[in-house]
Amino acid sequence: MMVQIQQEDRLNLGAKKFNMWIFIFTSFMFFAALSSGFIVYSGGKGHGLDVILPRAFMYSTAVLIISSITLFIASRAAKQLQFDKQRLFLWLTFFLGIAFFIIQIYAWYVLTYKMGVYFTNPNASRTFIYVFSGMHLLHVIAGLILLLNTINSAYKNIPQVRKMYKMEMTSIFWHFLDIIWIYLYVFLLLNQY
Amino acid sequence: MSTLAVHDHGVVHHEEGHEHHHKQTFLNTYVFSQDHKYIAKQFLITGIIMAFIAMTLSILFRIQLAYPDKSFPLLETLLGRFAPGGRLSPSFYMSLVTIHGTIMVFFVLTAGLSGTFANLLIPLQIGARDMASPFVNMLSYWFFLIASIIMLSSFFVQKGPASGGWTVYPPLSALPKSMPGSAEGMTLWLISMVFFIASQLMGGINYISTVLNMRTKGMDLWKMPLTVWALFLTAVLGVLAFPVLVAGVVLLVFDRSFGTSFYLSDIVLNGKIQPYEGGSPILFQHLFWFLGHPEVYIVIMPAMGISSEVLSVNSRKPIFGYHAMVYSLIGITVLSFIVCLHHMFVTGINPFLCVVFMITTLIIAVPSAVKTFNWLATLWRGNIRFTPAMLFAIGMVSFFISGGLTGIFLGNAALDINLHDTYFVVAHFHLVMGSAAIFGMLAGVYHWFPKMFRRMMDERLGYLHFWITFIGAYLVFFPMHFMGLDGVPRRYYAFTEFESMKRWLTVNTFITWAAIMAGVAQVAFIVNFVYSIFWGKKTVQNPWNANTLEWTAPIEHIHGNWAGEIPTVYRWPYDYSKPGHDEDFIPQNVPFSQTMNSNLPHDFEDNPVGLEQHNQWTNTKKANEEVK
Repeated sequence: MMVQIQQEDRLNLGAKKFNMWIFIFTSFMFFAALSSGFIVYSGGKGHGLDVILPRAFMYSTAVLIISSITLFIASRAAKQLQFDKQRLFLWLTFFLGIAFFIIQIYAWYVLTYKMGVYFTNPNASRTFIYVFSGMHLLHVIAGLILLLNTINSAYKNIPQVRKMYKMEMTSIFWHFLDIIWIYLYVFLLLNQY
Repeated sequence: MSTLAVHDHGVVHHEEGHEHHHKQTFLNTYVFSQDHKYIAKQFLITGIIMAFIAMTLSILFRIQLAYPDKSFPLLETLLGRFAPGGRLSPSFYMSLVTIHGTIMVFFVLTAGLSGTFANLLIPLQIGARDMASPFVNMLSYWFFLIASIIMLSSFFVQKGPASGGWTVYPPLSALPKSMPGSAEGMTLWLISMVFFIASQLMGGINYISTVLNMRTKGMDLWKMPLTVWALFLTAVLGVLAFPVLVAGVVLLVFDRSFGTSFYLSDIVLNGKIQPYEGGSPILFQHLFWFLGHPEVYIVIMPAMGISSEVLSVNSRKPIFGYHAMVYSLIGITVLSFIVCLHHMFVTGINPFLCVVFMITTLIIAVPSAVKTFNWLATLWRGNIRFTPAMLFAIGMVSFFISGGLTGIFLGNAALDINLHDTYFVVAHFHLVMGSAAIFGMLAGVYHWFPKMFRRMMDERLGYLHFWITFIGAYLVFFPMHFMGLDGVPRRYYAFTEFESMKRWLTVNTFITWAAIMAGVAQVAFIVNFVYSIFWGKKTVQNPWNANTLEWTAPIEHIHGNWAGEIPTVYRWPYDYSKPGHDEDFIPQNVPFSQTMNSNLPHDFEDNPVGLEQHNQWTNTKKANEEVK
């Protein structure tokens, strides 16, 4: 009995999961600071965005939402011990993540070359489009690495507790990526004019 | 029982061995250690080294302020191109001021202070084996070390370190060509800060998670020592505020290196019109001070927690108003986020906004005053033991009062127009967060030195260190108030050029000599510190007769802190001089059943069964006495 207590004590996965929640909070603060920077900037200088955002952002948002759903299915499969299904949906999530990445880069291409909304812009609210999506993409890279790590563990023979732990850590982070992108996108849409 | 515990411990090690392939090697014990006690020592020693460097920088620029026209050939020998002809160059003077501020605020009083004591005390005082994630905790230290090295390396680039002040306001910091310090030195500053913030976030996340998830049995939040409360709330502040600075810094990096114009507008540089348009330098100040103000509480709150603990232990009295202390810490935490604009009264923000922030600033004086009165009430009629730690804790209270009072002046928007950016501000924050926080940190070092290094520090050197530093700090910072009231601005290279400020030269000379005296006194500390690590008197289990859990852990450091089971906590940490008990302290892990004589009905507030038994016991006792 005591051995068991002490073991939990050592692994303390609960506390580590809590770490992830706090990290998400810090990330959220970061994006909140960027968006309030946008408000202070555009409010103070009278520079609005004045750009119709490229349609690509809409597609990428859809892809990211679908990836959240596939990850949810993978998570449920893992709980029901259907490991083949879990792996399949993890891979799906991963490729949807890559697709999201590519579409975001494509959206930048459209912004720069088709619409002439450059990164170095005298109207910095337009630069904020790049900053928002770029900083979000940095987080997506971290999310993709986490996903790969989870996929790797799904092929290994390790205790179910640890598998579920990795699965949950990745899910928390990936769903957060999804939500924060929706927040940023809606924020930009509301400030479009 | 004990054999059982030892046996179990062996089993645990066995299991662990399977999992991490854990083997004690030189590298993972003494360098990349994941043990929180060892990481605390790493933080402390790095912090002390950084503090000495920053102090030396301050003495260098003090020499310039005292003798602006004199040439010291030694300076040229030491500093080379930074001091041509034995006089500091103006740009290097600015660098010294900037790096002194940066190192002291971030590297010493943020990382050195909460890094050391959060690592040491959180697991030991709440009864945990280690942090939530020891690996991330280790990374936190190594990121801090990398940040320190990068920051110091900026002294070796051709144009010298960053020199725009520790607040690095654009446009000066955003235009590499605007002055020597804004070139590579500024780039290194920014890189260093990114590493530093990463380190703080990793540390802070761990501290919060450990406090909330890993307390031992019986340790509810209201039984935590005030040190843990303070360190916990400090971590909360850091986690909320530092990401905002990252956002500000990221935009600054884009402005510096990628030609965006977040902060830049209408700039003419060396007679050439720059292409930047539409930016707002005030935006940076908003982002910076959203971190910057909580940052000063990140600096002072651990010192408050440490002082509360040290004052209570050495007054042999319960801390006065424990709940009020906790609520004022929480109050400070919340309020610190809505006072930030008081740093920007003179930037042309809306006067109505000034009034709002003036009111919140004055309100934050309330919890601070509550804490001060509670400290004084704790001292009142205590059985005071003047250990060096106690002296430093009292010194912390003294500085906090005398520096805090001037904060009320500065918090008034109308007065601030006059006092902004003068030596009055310098005097204010050096007393209230510089000296006070350093004294809190030193109190902690003297108090927990036996826990960290298993030996005692020398008391007499401690007294010498305290008195010279205490008097020195007042001699340095008190005259600055008057300079500030007279309108002498901060960060100026020499005051001899201004007719109205010439008369302050003698005061500057005086301050410089006081600073040199206080600086020399730190040698007493460093000698004591190093000597005691190796040759100090061996400590006993509980040298200060304190109640908190860390003194129940074995003197020899072991991984996992306690050999057997972690002690259970039954009472709050401040049962000192409780009437009816034979000793003047009752450690937290002593159950009420062993202290029947000293129990009070108050001890069983949320424990009706215990209260029932207590009443029964007192009734029986009364009945027995009547029979007698």
